[in-house]
Order: sequence, then C-alpha cells, then structure tokens
Amino acid sequence: MLNSDAFDLRKYVSRNPQSVAVWIALFALIAFGVLRYDNFGGAYNFSSFLNYNSMFIVISMGMCFVIITGGIDLSVGSVAAFTSVIAAYLSPYGLEVALPLAVLAGAAFGAFNAFCIIALRIPPFIATLATMLGAKGGALVISGASTIAVDWGSNFTRMGMEKAFNLFPWSIVIVAIVGVMLWIILETTSLGRTILAIGGGEDASTLMGLKVNRAKAFVYMVSGGCAGLAGVILASGFGAGQPLEGIAWELSAIASVVVGGTLLTGGLGSIPATVAGALLLGLVFNILNFENGRGTISFSAYWQMVIRGGFLFAVILFQTRMTKGRKAKGAAT
Amino acid sequence: MSALLEMTAIQKAFNGVSALSDASIAIERGEVHALIGQNGAGKSTLIKVLTGVYRRDGGTILFNRAESILTSPREAQAAGIATIYQELNLVPLRSVTENVILGYEPKRLGTFINWREAHRRTREILMRFGIDIDVKLPLGSYSTAIQQLVAIARAVSLDARLVIMDEPTSSLDASEVKVLFGVVRGLREAGVSVLYVSHFLDELFEICDRVTTMRDGKTVGCVRLADTTKLDLIAGMLGRNPSEIAQAGMTEFGGGTAKQGEVLLTADDIATGPRLSKFDMKLHRGEIVGLGGLLGAGRTEAARALFGVDALTRGTITLKGEAAPKRPADAIRAGLGFLTEDRKAEGIIPGMSVRENLTLALLPKLTRNGQIDRARERQLVQKYIDALGIKTADMEQPIRELSGGNQQKVLLARWLAIEPDILILDEPTRGVDVGAKREIQAIIRDFVDRGFGVVLISSEFEELVEGADRIVVLNQGRSIAELKNPGITEDKLVQALAHTDEVTA
Amino acid sequence: MSQSNQTHASLKIGPLLRDHGGVVALIIILAFNILFTPNFLQLQTLFVNISQVATIAIVAMGMTLVIATGGIDLSVGAVMALAGALAPLIFQSQFGVDYPALGIAAAIVVPLLAAAACGLFNGLMVAVLNVQPIIATLILFISGRGIAQVLTNGNLQTFNNKSFSYLGTGQILGLPFQGWLALAIAVVLFLVITHTIFGRYVLAIGGNERAARLSGGPVAQVKIGVYMICAGLSGIAGLIVVAINSASDAARNGNLMELDAIAAAVVGGALLQGGRAPIFGAILGAVIIQLVKYTLLANGVEDEVALIAKAGIILAAVYVQQARKE
Repeated sequence: MLNSDAFDLRKYVSRNPQSVAVWIALFALIAFGVLRYDNFGGAYNFSSFLNYNSMFIVISMGMCFVIITGGIDLSVGSVAAFTSVIAAYLSPYGLEVALPLAVLAGAAFGAFNAFCIIALRIPPFIATLATMLGAKGGALVISGASTIAVDWGSNFTRMGMEKAFNLFPWSIVIVAIVGVMLWIILETTSLGRTILAIGGGEDASTLMGLKVNRAKAFVYMVSGGCAGLAGVILASGFGAGQPLEGIAWELSAIASVVVGGTLLTGGLGSIPATVAGALLLGLVFNILNFENGRGTISFSAYWQMVIRGGFLFAVILFQTRMTKGRKAKGAAT
Repeated sequence: MSALLEMTAIQKAFNGVSALSDASIAIERGEVHALIGQNGAGKSTLIKVLTGVYRRDGGTILFNRAESILTSPREAQAAGIATIYQELNLVPLRSVTENVILGYEPKRLGTFINWREAHRRTREILMRFGIDIDVKLPLGSYSTAIQQLVAIARAVSLDARLVIMDEPTSSLDASEVKVLFGVVRGLREAGVSVLYVSHFLDELFEICDRVTTMRDGKTVGCVRLADTTKLDLIAGMLGRNPSEIAQAGMTEFGGGTAKQGEVLLTADDIATGPRLSKFDMKLHRGEIVGLGGLLGAGRTEAARALFGVDALTRGTITLKGEAAPKRPADAIRAGLGFLTEDRKAEGIIPGMSVRENLTLALLPKLTRNGQIDRARERQLVQKYIDALGIKTADMEQPIRELSGGNQQKVLLARWLAIEPDILILDEPTRGVDVGAKREIQAIIRDFVDRGFGVVLISSEFEELVEGADRIVVLNQGRSIAELKNPGITEDKLVQALAHTDEVTA
Repeated sequence: MSQSNQTHASLKIGPLLRDHGGVVALIIILAFNILFTPNFLQLQTLFVNISQVATIAIVAMGMTLVIATGGIDLSVGAVMALAGALAPLIFQSQFGVDYPALGIAAAIVVPLLAAAACGLFNGLMVAVLNVQPIIATLILFISGRGIAQVLTNGNLQTFNNKSFSYLGTGQILGLPFQGWLALAIAVVLFLVITHTIFGRYVLAIGGNERAARLSGGPVAQVKIGVYMICAGLSGIAGLIVVAINSASDAARNGNLMELDAIAAAVVGGALLQGGRAPIFGAILGAVIIQLVKYTLLANGVEDEVALIAKAGIILAAVYVQQARKE
C-alpha cells in the first residue's frame, strides 16, 4: 500500500481479490456477532478474544514472511512452548529481561533453521519439522516435563493479564507494534522487497544481484522471534510456562496466512492481510463458541482443525485457479 | 587506448567435457560487438564465465585494464557489467518499478525506499524506450515484449560500462526492435559498450560494429561487419566454405534406395503460438523431409506440434488419413516416434539402466496382466544393442555412464523399438562422436529404405543436404521455402536460409 | 603404515560410508547395544522391537513410493488416526455386535477405503490440479486428525476384541503378526517396482518426468496411484497401532509419523528428488530409527532427549543424502 503515489482502491480490489474478500467477511462476521449475541461486543469478549488470538496473530506474521519466500516453518508451535518455559524461568527478573531473552531464544531456533536450509541445503519442511521435534524435546528437558509457574511478584504477568487504557490487552498492543514494524520492513525496505522477490523467483533474484541468503536467514529468524514472543504471551497470560502447548500452532498459522491472501507458492503477501486472516479464523471459532452456548449447534473443539483444513483447501483451489489464469494471460512464468 | 574487455584463450570444462577450449573476444569502448555461433558453440558459457556465474579453468580476462576475477553476478554488476539473459530473469509478480530498480533503490533516511522517486525514475528510464506504462502494476501483467524491454531497461540503468544482450529481440516485433536499436545507439554514443548475441544476422549489419564468431568452443574469427557478408558469417559458424561444392560421402545418408510412397503425414497451415506461426509439410513413405533453419526458426516447435506435445491454435495435422493424436501416448500408439533435441532434459532417465531406458516407450506392448515380460524385454534390448552397435558393459549399466553417442543410440532404439511408421528426429547426431554419428545416420537411412518416413531436424547442413529428399526451410516460425533433392547443395541451402527479406512480419 | 597407504585407505572409506551408510549405522547401533544394553540379546527384546518397528516400516514403504515420484506425503499420520478411529466405531456398533465376523471384516475394509480416499484426494490435487505435494498433503495433515477426533468426539475408544487385536498382538512362529505383514508388503511392493509396468513408470517419472511423459507414460494415473497406496498403507499402520493398544486415541495415533517415515525412507536410500524406490531400504531405515529409540530408552535416556536425538539423526541423514547428490 505504501508502494504508490496515491492509494487506488479500485486497483487494490482488482489485484487482491482474496484479501478484500477476507476483510469483507471479517466485518460481516463482526456485525453478525454483535447483532446476534448479547455479550459478543462486550468488553470481556473483546479483550479475551484479542488476548488469546494475539499469540496466533504474531506467529502468523512470522509465518507470512517465511511463506512469502516460498518456504515453510513447522517449528513455531514447539518453539513457542520452549520460550514460554524460558520466560517463566526468567519471570522473577521482570518483563524487561524475560521478554527480550525469550524472543532471542526463539530467533536462535530460527537461525538454526536458516543454517540447515541455506548452508546444509535441507528442504525447509524437513529442517523445520526436525527443529519442531528438537524444540519440543528441549522444552520438556528444561522444564522437567512439567509446567513452570511464573513469579507472580514481578511485573511479568502484566502483559498477559492487564490492559492498556483499560481496553486493549498489552499482549495485543505489543503484537500490533511488532506488526507495524514488520509491515514497514516488508513494504519500504530493500530487505522486504527482496523477500518478496525471492518468492517470485529465487534464481532471477540471485541473477539480479539481490542478497538472497541474507533475506532467507532473516525470515526464519523473524519467524522464530515471533514464536518467541508468542511464548512469552503464553506464559504471561496463563501464569505458567507450558512445554506441552503449541501443538499444531504452525498449522493454524499457515491457514491464517493463506486465508489472508498470501500465495502458498510465495512471492505475494502482506502483513495486514495475514492479520485479517488470523482474525477471521479466530472470529469464526469465537462465533461457533457463542452458537454452541446457545444450543443451536453442538460444536466440539475438534472441529477447529477440520475447519482450518477446509479453509486451506478452499484457498488452495482458489489460488490454483488464479495462477492458472495469470499464466493463461500470457505472462512470463 | 586499450580495449574495454579482452578475454583470451578461455578454457572451461564441465565434468570433464570441454565447453570452451580456446575462446577469445575483445571489445573496444563505445563499441557494439556481436557474438555469433551455433547452439553449443560456447557463447552462453563464455558470457557466464565473464559475469562470474562460472569460474574459468584457463585463460585471462582483462576488464577496464584490470585483471578480472568475478565470482558472482552482483560483483559483475558492481564492476560495471550488466547482463540481459535470454530467458527472462525477472520477477513477474513484482511491479515494473521493482524489477528495474531493486537492489539500487532511492532511499529516505538511508533505509526506507522512496517509492515516489523510484516510480518517477523508472518511468523516466522507460520513456527513453518510448514505453509509457503504469510502473506500479506487476511485471507479469504485460506482454513478453514489454517484459524484455524492462529487462533491458534494468541493465541500462545500472551505469554499466558493458551491457551484454543475449538474444534481446527474440520476442520483439519490428517496431519494438527499432526502439531497442535506438537504445543501443544511445549507449554507444554515451561510450558504453554492448556485447550483442543474436542469430538474426540481418540485425547485426544494422547495429553492430564488429562480430566475433565461435564454433565448438573456440573463437574462429573476428571481423568488422562492413567487411563481410551474411553468407561468410554463416559459413564461419558452420566451418564451411559456401562456394565449394559439398563433397560426396560427408555423411552416411547418401545412396538411399527408398521409393516414395503414399502420404503419411500432412501439416496444413498449422500454428502453435508465437514461435510457430505458419507451417506446412507433407511426408511420404520412404522419404526423409528435413527441417532447415537457424536457431529459433521454429523447427523443434514444428516437431512438437507433429507429435502432439503442443496444442494447435490453427490448422490441422493428418496422420495416415486420420486426425492427428493430441498426446504423446496416443501418438506412440498411432505409429509416431519423437527423438527429442535435449537428451538430458527430455530423453534419458539418468538413474535407470540401458535396458529400462530402451524399452520405456514400448512398455505397454511388453506387459501382460501388468507384469513386464522380462525375457522378451531382454531379447529385444539385446537385439537393438547388437543392431545399433551400442557400446555398453551390459544392458543393466546405468545409462548415465555411457558416452553421449551411445546414449543417443539407446534413445534412438527406444523409438525404433515401437516400430513406428514415422520417426521425428530432432538433432539425432548432436553431441555424438564422428564414428557414432555415421552409424546413426546409416540406421536412419536403413529405416527409411524399409518404407517408413522421417522428419529430420539437423543443424549440420551436410546431413540435410545429403539425407533429405526435401527440405522445408523455416525462419522465425514460418515455413518459407522448400528445396528438392537431387539438386540441393549446401550453397543453395545456405542461400535459402539467408533469404529472409521475402518474409515480412 | 606408510603415508601413502593411509591416504589410500581413507580415500575408500568416504564413498563406502556414504553408499552403505544405512548398513554401517545399523551395525554400529547393534554393536553398541550388544555391549552396553542389558538384556539386549533376548527374544523378548526382539519381539518388542519388531512389534513397534512394523508400523513405521509399513508407512515408510508407502512414503518411499511417493518420494520415488518426486513427491512427499505429510498426511500419513493423520490418515493413521482416521483409520484407527473408524475401526472400533464399526465393530463396536450395533452392526458389529450383531454380526461379529462381518463386523471385523468391515472394520478393516472400511477404514482402508477411507484411507484410499484420502490418497485419492492427495493424488488428484498433485496430479490434476498441479499443486505442490507439500501443500496438497498439508490439507489432510491439518484436518485429517481433526476429522478423526470429530468422529470419536475426542474420546478414547477402548475395546476387548481378540479377533481385531490379532492385527497387533497376534503371533506367527513366535514373532509378531505385523512383522510378517510388513515383510509381506515389502515383498509385494518390491515385486511391483521391479516387475510391473506401474513400478517402471513410478521410477521413470521420478527420474525424469518430461522424458516419461514424452515416452507415453500415464503420469497422472501413476501419481494418483502412489498417493493412494501410501495412504492405504498408512491406514493399515493405523489399524495395527489400535490393535496393539486395544484402544484408539485419535489425538495420538500416528503423531509425528510423517517425520519418522520420511527419515526412514531417506536413511534407507530414497532420493528426495525421486527416481529410486528402495523398499527394503525403508525397512532398514525404520529399524535404525526404532533401534535408536530403543537404545536411548533402554539406557535410561528420557523421552524428551530422545526427541532431540531423533531430530539430529533426521537432519544428518538428509544432509548426507543431499551431499551425495551433488
């Protein structure tokens, strides 16, 4: 969006049909929820929804960067679990110490992923699947396979449990700040445009003289760092570091990213669209819970993954047809 | 004043196979210098050695009076060498602006891209080309021609001292070519040198100062274009003197005893896309029809159309009186075989044995109840190994261990084994040593003598001149002439190829 | 030893190790266990290991076929869970109670049909819609287990059914049924790869898809076929796991199996870019992974550390294979 002299709405709509659809669906669902359920628009639902989904939003943003380059990161859930334990251990020293160190730990996992993928040439899904295993094991090892309570005396839990201006949970505020930073990087820096270029053509990018390896390492470290932040939010919000959490978080992130309009094959994507996708999916489940409470449907928690998979399937079909259309127009591939 | 670029005695081999053995080129400042040669002559390799994609094994490179050891495309760009590759190496999903300025963006506060300035600069550069488009749209939403001009714009905008253009006009129409030539002249006036690689020889006479000719990994000549003719250039590329009469017995194609029979295959005004826009051909039993033309003329595209690989956008193909097959599997069943040009990319299954490669197209016939009849398979394979003289330790040897010539024989056997009525052969003796070449030619002649038909594509003119009963000459996707044997000489063929002024867009 | 002798010897070991790394690794692990692990050379140990390795081996063989065509299947674990969830639902239903023999038969056939349907889904996405295999199989990877949990409402299904449990606890000649089953499957797949036209096309497609297509190979049909076979084998593995435990836990059945299967296939010699289908190699790979698990467990290493060790082995195996390709 910053990539223009003036924002042309019509052009945006025609070039990003999927993202536009997501935004519309999002607002439609919000309207639907406010009208239909008593407590939907209330302060409690609002803040608890944002608080809970802040974790998924932040790892979706990191995943967005990775997917744009044509890669994938299956380790974010386990890394979040790992860093939640680290954060819990460090909680006595306060948020100022625990937060940066946990994020750093996450970024370190990301650096390891980047090393395997770039230097060892291991395909991303294998490298990050292995890291997922390693982080899961690591989390269990350092926690002794049990949850680690945080230090309630320090300011650590304020992020997960308190609000700014009594309205927005601190967790979502921090995630919003990270989101804005990532957005700016993607849209206005050479590094960000290189990330997009790689996904659109890695060989071409190398021949154009772009610093491909540096950008690839960056995205995996960002993904790891975002997972690290999610872990801190997890520990801070639930009062304990949880080594067994984070299962299938990466899958939710992938679904959010793709629903939001990022191409799974890479080369096209944006942060706001990813946030919209994550919010949409979160909202779908939020509404299903309300509907469940009304008794009109009986929706067990297990439908979550099925619905996410269903969204993913629909989006893949849509994206396949879109890229075919682009090819048919005679564009170079 | 020394030359801008001097490459001397460059050597480069890949896995023991020599690609360049003695390549040289010298380019002056502010010169437009052409580089020509047939497929496999080494032009691309030489350029990639210069720009750091490959590391040379021997020889020296002096760029701007300094010894040059470039190890990456980015270093080459920094040194002042900009390259526009033949395959578009841009990112279609990104905007036009990004494709032009990425890596060199105007910045605010040192980090943030100044998009307004970037768009403005891009528009300005494109204006110089006479292109006025919305630079914010994705590159892929424009035609290939525009995309190629954008690629050139990127190279030109990088303040290069040497711009390398590899087949820059292959997707441009006449007016776009004029625009390109204007840019090239502008570069020359500004003192920038251009290395211009193209097989459209007419263009060279219009825009270039000197031309270097390469053949088989060596540089064989460098002359001023004012001092030479198109015929001389073609002769240099082929290593022939066009005014000599072709010697008899250059190939094993001569002396055929085939009688021409019924019509087997007809292509009637067919087109498959921009690279094949108008093609006509008739093939009779006992006949070899050759497809002649230089690189990019559309010969392989014609072959693919006949075999059913590419869909027709116009016209009809008739095979033995019926509509032609639309997929390779159907073509094989109908009695067509297609030996492709690039055996590494489309021919051999490298991990499989000679036996498995040989029988690949015949499998349905060798199978009963899903099971392959191993005994019959071995018998068949041995028969062809003996008949074609394939040199292999045994039929289980992995095909990638065989020499190029023997690999080609295995592939030829693959198609002979299906006992087709028609064989389409695209460069059947390329990359094959002299002895195997003659053996393959003899096999083809024998096939035709038994009453079958062959469509033959070859860049070796003596093969066409001696082997083909008729030659359909192609140029830029269109069949423009037909020559009949007896009576074809290399001289006549070369003249037919050179006569492109009959063809208008 | 003189200098030249030493260099000569070391020159040989490098490629030797790489080509037969799997067997070498197996020998090392066995040696270590014989020396250090108590009770290793007992029949009971053999029994336990075969019992557990069979499921990995079966899935790994299916994965090997898919990898041979140049693809990958991330949904194997989810398919296991799905098949495993369906079986008890069937033989514990009214129909199964009324017709026990038919019930058991249906409890095997229906889950396998469901698994094959999953494979058909994957195959169509890859072969007809041209979606990348990772992305195509990601869909069931995400939702397959969820479907299983929805069907069972997340409940653990326990049962006491000797006929069905035979799949996982039965014995032939004193060794586990599933071990024999895995061997039988291996023999069949080996014969398919080496003797049938289907097998030949599988290898050709992985070796050079364009050449295979130009030679008339039915690329789409073969690709769909391998994904269906892989899913079917995952279904069998899912049933075996349920039979072993006399319980179906949709949340756990086949968890992380995709990683084990890929690792076993790669250690066994499969090339990620396709063209090779070492069926018995997949068994070797599965055995190695199982033995590593067992070695760590038997020597008092916690599960969690074992996870880290497994991750390391997978990375090493893939790295060595990529290096071999260069």
